[in-house]
Amino acid sequence: MNIMNMVQAVNDALDIMLAQDKNVLVFGEDVGVEGGVFRVTEGLQQKYGADRVFDTPLAESGIVGTAVGMCVAGLRPVVEMQFSGFVYPAFNQIISHVARMRNRTRGRYAIPMVIRMPYGGFIRAIEHHSESMEALFVHIPGLKVVIPSTPYDAKGLLISAIESDDPVIFMEPKRLYRAIKQEVPEGRITIPLGKAKVLAAGEHVTVVSYGALVREVQKAMSLAKKAGISVELIDLRTIYPIDRETIARSVQKTGRFLAVTEGPRTAGMGAELMSIVNEEAFLSLEAPPTRLAGFDTVPPLARGEHHYHHSPERIFYEIRKLAEY
Amino acid sequence: MNSSKTKPKRALLDEYGATSGKMLQILDYEGKVIQAERLPKLSPEEIVTAYKNMLYARTADQMAVSYQRQGRMYTYPPNFGQEAIGVAVGTVMRDEDWLVPAYRELSAWLAKGATMKDIFLYFGGHEDGSVLGSARNMLPSAVPIASQLPHAAGIGYALKYQGKKDIVFTFVGDGGTSQGDFHEALNFAGVWRAPVVFVIQNNQYAISHPRAHQTAAQSLAVKAEGYGIPGIQVDGNDYLAMVAAVQAADEHARSGEGPVLIEAVTYRRGAHTTSDDPGRYRTEEEEQKWAERDPLKRLKGYLLDHQLWDVAEEEPLISQYKKEIDQQFTEMENHPYELTDIFVHHYADMPDDLKQQMVAYEKFLNWKESQQ
Repeated sequence: MNIMNMVQAVNDALDIMLAQDKNVLVFGEDVGVEGGVFRVTEGLQQKYGADRVFDTPLAESGIVGTAVGMCVAGLRPVVEMQFSGFVYPAFNQIISHVARMRNRTRGRYAIPMVIRMPYGGFIRAIEHHSESMEALFVHIPGLKVVIPSTPYDAKGLLISAIESDDPVIFMEPKRLYRAIKQEVPEGRITIPLGKAKVLAAGEHVTVVSYGALVREVQKAMSLAKKAGISVELIDLRTIYPIDRETIARSVQKTGRFLAVTEGPRTAGMGAELMSIVNEEAFLSLEAPPTRLAGFDTVPPLARGEHHYHHSPERIFYEIRKLAEY
Repeated sequence: MNSSKTKPKRALLDEYGATSGKMLQILDYEGKVIQAERLPKLSPEEIVTAYKNMLYARTADQMAVSYQRQGRMYTYPPNFGQEAIGVAVGTVMRDEDWLVPAYRELSAWLAKGATMKDIFLYFGGHEDGSVLGSARNMLPSAVPIASQLPHAAGIGYALKYQGKKDIVFTFVGDGGTSQGDFHEALNFAGVWRAPVVFVIQNNQYAISHPRAHQTAAQSLAVKAEGYGIPGIQVDGNDYLAMVAAVQAADEHARSGEGPVLIEAVTYRRGAHTTSDDPGRYRTEEEEQKWAERDPLKRLKGYLLDHQLWDVAEEEPLISQYKKEIDQQFTEMENHPYELTDIFVHHYADMPDDLKQQMVAYEKFLNWKESQQ
């Protein structure tokens, strides 16, 4: 057991996979010599050499596009987009090739690629460094999308993602990189993709969240507890494919549902999760399924981001409305 | 080529052409003129003004870093060591010309008329920081690397279509030359003969990634060749060489002959941003080598040689700049940030759905207040 933050846990997962499988490569901008702008890949180039862990020219489309070629030739690249806000030049490769290759070639070629990227806000960053646009990836058929909320989950989910034969978008909540420390087992651990985790059992309201907001929901739960509201909290962990069963089972019990997500509201993950609740637990509902999402705006810059990012009070306010419905 | 029939400035672009393997330099590292025949036409007053502008930009840049360190401003990308490039563009650029920036050409922003308050607003986390209202025909910064360059080509097309004589100046770094947008912009501008001067600030590093690993090409200027446009490599720490090159590019673009690519060779003496630690990827020895080539030191050497500068003037001038800049910073700190700043400018007319989101949030704020 080691005490680790999320940066160390991701590093540990990469280390284990580089050691386990010589087909695994790690590359991107500043990931080699520098060890990543968040130090996530620190020490890996020294340990595994510059032909397995390396810096690329500054071009996201080039990074993902060459990784497609490596995949069809038998490698398993784990590439980094320095920030999720800079992934867009690679979108053509992701939508047109990464997500489609298996289907187009009827399984002849797979794309066992992981695209890692720090995402999300509330770190007083400059423009394009705070977005939470996971719904864009969820909307692309052929991708899996994973978002951990703890160091332990980050390690277990990333190892599963690298071992997955399908492409995985692995989004790391940068706000949590150094915020939490936790005991993480040594060696290879896996957490199955597509399985949510019930973090707290409760009776009155089901809350589904993921990433950095899980902690904020936990803080809101203590406010709810004081108000006599018992919350069941589910950490989605894999954003696609969605664990419908865990959500359904919970809402069938509580009858009330709130999705707490960070990205823009319209056509976001909250909308999808509410649809699942309608489809799977309609007859159990005692209140309309609800979502607390970001505004349909770009994330405000540093001076205004406290309005955009859900505080425990804001989450509690929604929980209370739902409980009192 | 018969040089007697060629315009002198065009001759410069030919002699120092992209494949010439030469870098244009007029001042040596001490500020001594090594190519008198290449000196641009500038009055002594203009050169003194340029030095003052470099000094102002450097002072403002250092203060920005220090405000960030004090926790009064957010992440900031230092310009230290690159001041000559933007000042040289500013010497040539006209009021009606367009400036399409990246994010590390403070001296060019100031030349275009942006105030330090405007700039502090951006790095101080205000939505109003991309307005830059006092700068005529200037776009806000573009953080996604090289994404601004096609805009410059598009503005160039529009100016031509509108029959205007104005031209576009745009900036990118050495790392940006690897992005698709860089190549597409140069190609479009070349095909359209759009009046655009592309300035690459080759400051040797894309965060930690050195220029030598960014491209296998011998220079960045040579990339012009593939798009059929002139390219020239210039010592970007040599203000006079930069002016000579920008004047030549300006003449080429403004006369309808199309775009020019300038590679300004410089060095980022500071960090990539205030979040970066250059000690992880470069040596002090290298930093020292480039300190000796500092653009202010060199232009000052020139001014002193020509009895155009009194060293005793410098400290009082810097003190005066500091006062002015601090005043602008205070104005930024007092600048209001309203909840509506988040919502009202996303659309020409705010959609009802978005209005409802704002109203719902205000309701929460009222509730929260009632709880206290």
